[in-house]
Amino acid sequence: MAESKKMLRVEISRFDPDRDEVPKTQEYEIPVQDDWKVLDAINYIKDEVDPSISHRWSCRMAVCGSCGMMLNGEPKLTCKTPLSDYDETIKIEPLANFPIVRDLVVDMDGFMDKFRKVKPWIVRAKARAEDMEDLNEKGTFSQSPDQLATFKQFSMCINCLLCYAACPVIANEPEFIGPAAIALGHRYNLDSRDEGQAERNSIFRGEGTVFSCSFANECSEVCPKNVDPAAAVNQAKLAAVVDWAKGLVLPREGA
Amino acid sequence: MVQVSRHDIVIVGGGGAGLRAAIAAAEANPDLSIALVSKVYPMRSHTVSAEGGAAAIARDDDNEELHGFDTVKGSDFLGDQDVIEYFVENAPRELALLENWGCPWSRNEDGSVSTRAFGGMSTKRTWYATDKVGFHMLHALFQHSLRFDNIVRYDEFFVTKLLVEDGRCQGVAALEIRTGEFHAILGRSVILATGGAGKIFPFTTNGTIKTGDGMALAYQAGVALKDMEFVQYHPTGLPGTGILITEAARGEGGYLRNNKDERFLVDYDYGVGDKAELGPRDMVSRAIIQEFEAGRGFEGRYGKYCVVDLRHLGEKHIDAKLPFVRELAKIYIGVDPVHEYIPIRPVVHYMMGGVDTDINAATELPGLFAAGEVACASLNGANRLGSNSLTECLVFGAVAGRNAIEFAQGAGEGNSSALVSQAEEEAARVEALRGNGRGNEKIAGLRHEMNSTMEAGCGVYRMQESMQIAATETRSIRKRAADLHLKDSSRVFNTEIVSALELQNMVELAEVLAVSAAHRKESRGAHTCRDYPTRDDQSFLYHTLAHRTDDGPRLGRKEVKLGHWEPQERKY
Ligand SMILES: Cc1cc2nc3c(=O)[nH]c(=O)nc-3n(C[C@H](O)[C@H](O)[C@H](O)COP(=O)(O)OP(=O)(O)OC[C@H]3O[C@@H](n4cnc5c(N)ncnc54)[C@H](O)[C@@H]3O)c2cc1C
Ligand code: SF4
Ligand code: FES
Repeated sequence: MAESKKMLRVEISRFDPDRDEVPKTQEYEIPVQDDWKVLDAINYIKDEVDPSISHRWSCRMAVCGSCGMMLNGEPKLTCKTPLSDYDETIKIEPLANFPIVRDLVVDMDGFMDKFRKVKPWIVRAKARAEDMEDLNEKGTFSQSPDQLATFKQFSMCINCLLCYAACPVIANEPEFIGPAAIALGHRYNLDSRDEGQAERNSIFRGEGTVFSCSFANECSEVCPKNVDPAAAVNQAKLAAVVDWAKGLVLPREGA
Repeated sequence: MVQVSRHDIVIVGGGGAGLRAAIAAAEANPDLSIALVSKVYPMRSHTVSAEGGAAAIARDDDNEELHGFDTVKGSDFLGDQDVIEYFVENAPRELALLENWGCPWSRNEDGSVSTRAFGGMSTKRTWYATDKVGFHMLHALFQHSLRFDNIVRYDEFFVTKLLVEDGRCQGVAALEIRTGEFHAILGRSVILATGGAGKIFPFTTNGTIKTGDGMALAYQAGVALKDMEFVQYHPTGLPGTGILITEAARGEGGYLRNNKDERFLVDYDYGVGDKAELGPRDMVSRAIIQEFEAGRGFEGRYGKYCVVDLRHLGEKHIDAKLPFVRELAKIYIGVDPVHEYIPIRPVVHYMMGGVDTDINAATELPGLFAAGEVACASLNGANRLGSNSLTECLVFGAVAGRNAIEFAQGAGEGNSSALVSQAEEEAARVEALRGNGRGNEKIAGLRHEMNSTMEAGCGVYRMQESMQIAATETRSIRKRAADLHLKDSSRVFNTEIVSALELQNMVELAEVLAVSAAHRKESRGAHTCRDYPTRDDQSFLYHTLAHRTDDGPRLGRKEVKLGHWEPQERKY
């Protein structure tokens, strides 16, 4: 199908904890098609050359968040990144700042714990049955397009972890809760249906959260979904301080 | 050594249906322990890719009679009407719950939830969150599920077998991908929510994980698969990758055009009627193939195609309602729909068939329930209406969760040692596959053969002869898949063994699909035979059942539950 097959050198980082002390690099020389993404090259190698490579992927349409890797040192979604961005050589490594499980697969346990810590769900003050009076006759909360717009951007995160791989704070302080988790907590804080700001703000005032951020902005630069987690972190900092300064816990205006 | 754990119920699958089931079960009784087992982290499940929307009555001009009849007619009268009535009645409540749990549905100015038009739906009843509906629904469900301490997750565990003892399903055997260890995860009831099987075909909107594992698990445990011949081709996939351009593109006013720049759905009568671009998927897909055959398709590196035209909608509308379509078109085919046509062709999208279930999400095996795309509750019959399936995941996921809890409460713990020894046997079978250098068949090679056999035999248009060939070839491919050659002998995160297990599942289903298709000598919904071009209610108004034997599927029949909607000619 392809008209002209170009050759590309692909260097892939390999690591099997049962055999290797440290990751090593393996090189493959493969024919590539001009409309391929980087993921297509990895899959070609796995199918046709070396089936022992391990990597995660599923949707191949930049929405499931599985396929983040370091490409020539930069965190990228491999299913979104055109192979034509790379001349002659590409080096593929697992995401930085995470423990490596195998080859291109990283350990996500730490992230999943951080993710849950920010209470990423709608918190309501009242138990459900009494809450019903706040719902309209269709059983939904009323929310204007403007109210939706305040948090929509921060709800677009696909949990791809690229921002963690880029974050200089995580590199030094692995406990830092990180950009995506903060953006998610902040997303719920901004949601007109939510009443959990006080709880989350007190989480955000704790160790290793918003105040650990050094304003590097790398997270927003690498984010493939324009979530702008750096903006979320900044807004969350301010909200946490204001909330604390008020010295009392008020439901957000208009809630 | 098999690791043993015990819960009250075990749910296999963390997509829309599995998560909804887990939440329903967790809410029903906070003291019960619910295992949620998934081969990928739940938010990676393919529900994430759904774009267009989820159907439920929302407007004053709509009612249950209308949504019900649209669904029955869309199903070409093969839907079970008790299931359809239950579905349309409960759909609004389910989508409202999702709203309460944080799903960012798009809104009207007055703060109510907004709805859009969809194919085969007689009014605007498709709820949406721009065009990333599955993504937002899945993340809302997953995040909401995290508040329940009694949902215990087994992320990246691959289930290879249902554990059946004493005539009921009591757990699963699973490979922990990260460690290579084997587990017996026991429970007093089990729910399958493993999604569809589009990867049987070469050109599909489905992600690589959609390999029909749950269908194969049930089939191997002696449970019937139902109506497997009905495969939905979505009219608009990007050539090459198969990435979906959502039907919402037409719902929002987009056109389909051929190489003469004609809106062919309007200019020619394909039975789609005056709804033109908003016709049901089976009919629109056939119309596109007819355009190709009449020489009115464009030619490209991946074969013939037609185009979606959104230009007249304008940049503002496209960005407000279809931002993901614009993003996908730019990244994956290099066109900006604000100024250019989007090339498309029909693409395998959805399995109407699946594990035979009823209105209770129950299967014929006591203790085994199924919901979502893996199941065939017969909501969709011979052709699913777009936006009914996300809602189906919620409605029947919740039913499965509640009924599995109820079943578990009435069932004893069973004979653990018998279950564990079954899991040990299964562990040995899987272990023998790891790095098996004695086999003769290459995984990727056999997968390609299966894919091209299915495309040739069970496409949009089918012929007796080609279906028979597919049935014969898939049988031999199934047998050959017992002899796979593997190279990776490592324990940790061995994805080669996962691919091998997935392929062994798919080849079983491919055979069932081809055999079921060849037996149905009529045209109904998505199953269109050139040599039997009309629907034949006299001979074929029944569901096809397939039970497993070593020589291939044994076919049977199940009655269609009719109701107050009488079968009639399907006209739009
Ligand atoms: C591109 C696309 C767009 C769509 N758009 C729409 C739309 O707009 N509206 C609509 O109504 N429908 C749409 N659909 C259909 C709909 O999205 C699916 O039918 C639905 O999401 C299926 O959900 P599910 O929960 O059944 O399965 P999935 O979301 O596929 O989840 C399956 C789960 O099972 C797990 N699993 C599978 N096998 C195993 C195993 N062996 N061991 C352990 N775990 C396993 C997986 O890890 C996963 O968690 C679309 C489908 C596609 C592909
Ligand atoms: S914020 Fe962006 S980069 Fe970070 S995980 Fe989410 S989508 Fe990925
Ligand atoms: S494969 Fe899903 S984001 Fe790349």
